[in-house]
Amino acid sequence: MDSALATTDPAEVHAEHGHVSLPQHRHHFETAEQQREAGSFGMWLFLLTEIMFFGGMFFSYLIYRNWYYPAFVVASNQLNVTIGTVNTMLLITSGFCMAIAVWAAEMRKRPLLRTMLILTALLGVIFLGLKSDEYYEKYELHHIPGNNFNISMFTNPAGYGIKEPPLSPDMAQRTQVFFFLYFAMTGMHALHMVIGLGILCWLIRRAHRGDFTAGYVAPVENFGLYWHFIDIVWLFLYPLLYLINRHPLH
Amino acid sequence: MSASIGSTIVSLPDQSTAQMPKRTYINNEQGLLSWLLTADHKRIAILYLISITFFFFIGGAFAGLIRLELLTPQPDLVAADTYNKLFTMHGIVMIFFFLVPSVPATLGNFLLPIMLGAKDMAFPKINLLSWYLYIIAGAMMLSAIVLGGVDTGWTFTAPLSTHYLNTHVITAATAIFIAGFSSIFNGINFIVTIHRMRCPGMTWFRMPLFIWANYAASLLMVLGTPVLAVTLVLVALERLFGIGVFDPTKGGDPLLFQHLFWFYSHPAVYIMILPGMGVMSEVISTCSRKRIFGYTAVAFSSVAIALFGFFVWEHHMFIMGVSSYSALVFSLLTMLVAVPSAIKIFNWAFTLQKGSVTFETPMLYCFGFMGLFTIGGLTGVFLGSLGMDVHLTETYFIVAHFHFVMVGGMLMAFLAGIHFWWPKMTGRMYPETLSKLAAVTTFIGFNLTFLPQFILGYMGMPRRYAAYPPEFQVLNVLSTAGATVLGFGYMLPMLYLTWSLKYGAIAGSNPWQATGLEWQIPSPPPTENFAEIPIMDHEAYDYEWLANKTRNEVTTVG
Repeated sequence: MDSALATTDPAEVHAEHGHVSLPQHRHHFETAEQQREAGSFGMWLFLLTEIMFFGGMFFSYLIYRNWYYPAFVVASNQLNVTIGTVNTMLLITSGFCMAIAVWAAEMRKRPLLRTMLILTALLGVIFLGLKSDEYYEKYELHHIPGNNFNISMFTNPAGYGIKEPPLSPDMAQRTQVFFFLYFAMTGMHALHMVIGLGILCWLIRRAHRGDFTAGYVAPVENFGLYWHFIDIVWLFLYPLLYLINRHPLH
Repeated sequence: MSASIGSTIVSLPDQSTAQMPKRTYINNEQGLLSWLLTADHKRIAILYLISITFFFFIGGAFAGLIRLELLTPQPDLVAADTYNKLFTMHGIVMIFFFLVPSVPATLGNFLLPIMLGAKDMAFPKINLLSWYLYIIAGAMMLSAIVLGGVDTGWTFTAPLSTHYLNTHVITAATAIFIAGFSSIFNGINFIVTIHRMRCPGMTWFRMPLFIWANYAASLLMVLGTPVLAVTLVLVALERLFGIGVFDPTKGGDPLLFQHLFWFYSHPAVYIMILPGMGVMSEVISTCSRKRIFGYTAVAFSSVAIALFGFFVWEHHMFIMGVSSYSALVFSLLTMLVAVPSAIKIFNWAFTLQKGSVTFETPMLYCFGFMGLFTIGGLTGVFLGSLGMDVHLTETYFIVAHFHFVMVGGMLMAFLAGIHFWWPKMTGRMYPETLSKLAAVTTFIGFNLTFLPQFILGYMGMPRRYAAYPPEFQVLNVLSTAGATVLGFGYMLPMLYLTWSLKYGAIAGSNPWQATGLEWQIPSPPPTENFAEIPIMDHEAYDYEWLANKTRNEVTTVG
C-alpha cells in the first residue's frame, strides 16, 4: 500500500495485548477484546431500544393512572398479589442463577454453568406457568378487555363480597384501561421471557458441549444482560400494577 | 473521456491501458447464493440499493397517479376512496421503504467501515438480517397494496385507523413494525462500528463528516423507532380486540396516539435528512478542494439536530387541542432546530468561498440541495410559529414544505452521493453530460412541481382531497407538469447508471482526487477492504496530505 498509511501487523497487535486467538474470533475484528467489547456494547444499545419500547407503555400508564386513579386502585386490588409476589421472588432468584452462570463461565466451571443455566430456565418456566394461571383467573372473572368485559364487580363490589367503594358506571368502565395496560405490559414482558427461554435452551446445549468454558463467554454474558433487563422490567411492573393501593398493616 | 472534462478534477486513468482490479468484492464469489448469504457490508449495500430503488419507483408511480388525478378539479381519474389509498401508500412506501433506509443502508453500509479503516461492520450477520427484515417488510407491504391497499394516511391517525376503516391496516402496520426492526439493527450496527472499529489514529475529530451525520441519525433510529413499534402494536391490539387505549368512548385518548406517533415520526425526518447532510459535506469539500469550513461546528450540529429533534414533536399537534403553554415551548424548540441546520448551510457556503469549485454532477445536486433545503427549512420556521401554523397546517403548504426538505433535500443528496461514489462502488464512471442534464432536469421539475403548492396551500387548498375548487386548477396543472419533468429526471439516472455498469469509462481508484480512506483503495474495493489495516495520520479533508502522497506515487490502475 502507500507510505502515508502505515500498517500494523495483526500478529503484533495480538502479542501486544496478550490475547490467545479463539476459534470464535471473527476475522474482521483486530483483537478478541475488540470483538467482546463490540458485542457487549451492541447488547447495551439493544437494551436501550427495549427501554424505549416499554417506555411507550409506561408513558400511557402514567397518563391514565393520573386520570382514572379510583378505577386503577380498585382494579389493581383485584390482581392476585400472592402470585405476583411469588413471581417477583422467582424472577429475582432466576436472575441470581444467571449471574452465577456468567461467573461460572468466566471461571470455566462447566457443570456449574450448566446447572445454573438450567435453574434459570426452570424458574422462568414456573414464572410463566403462574402467570398463565393468573391470566386464566382474569378470563373467568371477565376482566379481559374487549366485548366480554364485565364491570359489575366494580359497580357493585358488595355483591361479590369485596370491601371497596362502588364506582360510577363511567369510572368502572375505566378499569378496562387498567386491565388493558396490565395485559399489554405483562404480555410484552412474558413474550420477552419466552424468547429468552428459547435462547436459554440453545445456550444450555452449547454449554453442555463446553463452548463457553474455554475463554469465550460473550454469549452467556450478553444473554445475562438481556435476562437481567427482563427482571428489571418486572421489578417496575410489580409495584406499578399490583401495589397501587395495598396496605397490609391496616 | 478525460480530455473532454479536463477542466474538472475528474482524473481518469489513461483509457488505453486502464483496467479493473482483478479481485473485487463483486467477482470474489459467484452465483446468486453468494449474494443472498453474504456478510460483506459492500454486497449488502448493493442488495439494499437494488431494493430501495424498486420501492422508490413504486412510490413514485403512486405520486404520478396522485398528480394525474389532481390535473382536473373533479375526482374523475379515481374515486375519492382510491385517492385516499394512493396518497397513503405513496407516503408509507416513500418514507419507510425509501427515505429512511436510503443513504444509511446503501451508501452508509458501503462506506462506513471503509471510511473508518475497518474490514467490515461490527455485526456482519445482523447487517444481513436487517436486509432480510427489510425485504420481509417490503413483501408484506406489497401484499397489502395488492390486496386492496390502506387508506389511513401514512400517519395511521387514531381513531380513524382503529375504528373506522376496513382496509389492510394491520398488514401495513406489521410491515412498518418489521421495517422498524431493520432500521434499529442498522442503527445499532452503525453506532457500535463507529465506537469500536475505528482504525489506529482515527480519532473522533478525524472522522469524515459523513460518519458524524450517520452517527447522529443512528442515535435517532435506536431511540425513536421502538416507540413507533409500540405505538403500532397498540393500534393493532386496539383494532383486533377493541381495547380502547386510544378510544375516547372507553376512556382512551386519541391525543396519546399523536404523542407516541410523533415522538418517533418527527425524529424520523432527521433520520432521513441527516445522512444526506453527511453526503453534502463529503461532496462539497471534494469538489471545492478545501477542508470543510468549521469542521467541529458541522460535526456537533449533526448531534445537536439529533438532540433537538426529540423535543419538537408537539408541533405536529398545535391544532389538536394541546395546552397553549406547552405549544409555546414546543414552538420555541422548533425554531431552535433551525440553528444547527443553518450552521451546516453557512459552513458549506464558506467552504465554497475561495475554494477551487468544479461543477461535476454530484456538485450540481449539492447546489440543488442547498437552495431547496434552505427554502424547505425556512418554511419550517413559518410552520413552527403558532399563528401561522393554524392557518397553514393540513394545507398544501405543509405538503410543499416537507417535499422541499425530503425530495429537494434528501433525494438530491442521495443522488449526489450515488453519483459521487458510483465509481467506487462499480469501478466505472457515469456519463457526465447526460447526468448533468438529469441533475438540471430534476431541479427544474422539482421547483415546477412544488413551488405552486406553497401558493395553493397559502390560498387554502387542503391536503388529502381528490377534488378542489376550479380556481386552483392552473397551479395544479403547473404542479402536475412539473411532476412529469421530475419523473423524467429520475428515470434518466436509472437508465444511464445501468448502462454505465458495462460501458462506463473505467474510473481508477481516486477519480475525484478526494482524501477519504475509501478513495485510497482500488475501485471496486476488494472484499476485505484493506490489505493491511491503515493508520490515520492526518486530519480529514487534508488535501496537502493527498498532494504529497500522489506526488511520490506511480499512477497505476488496479
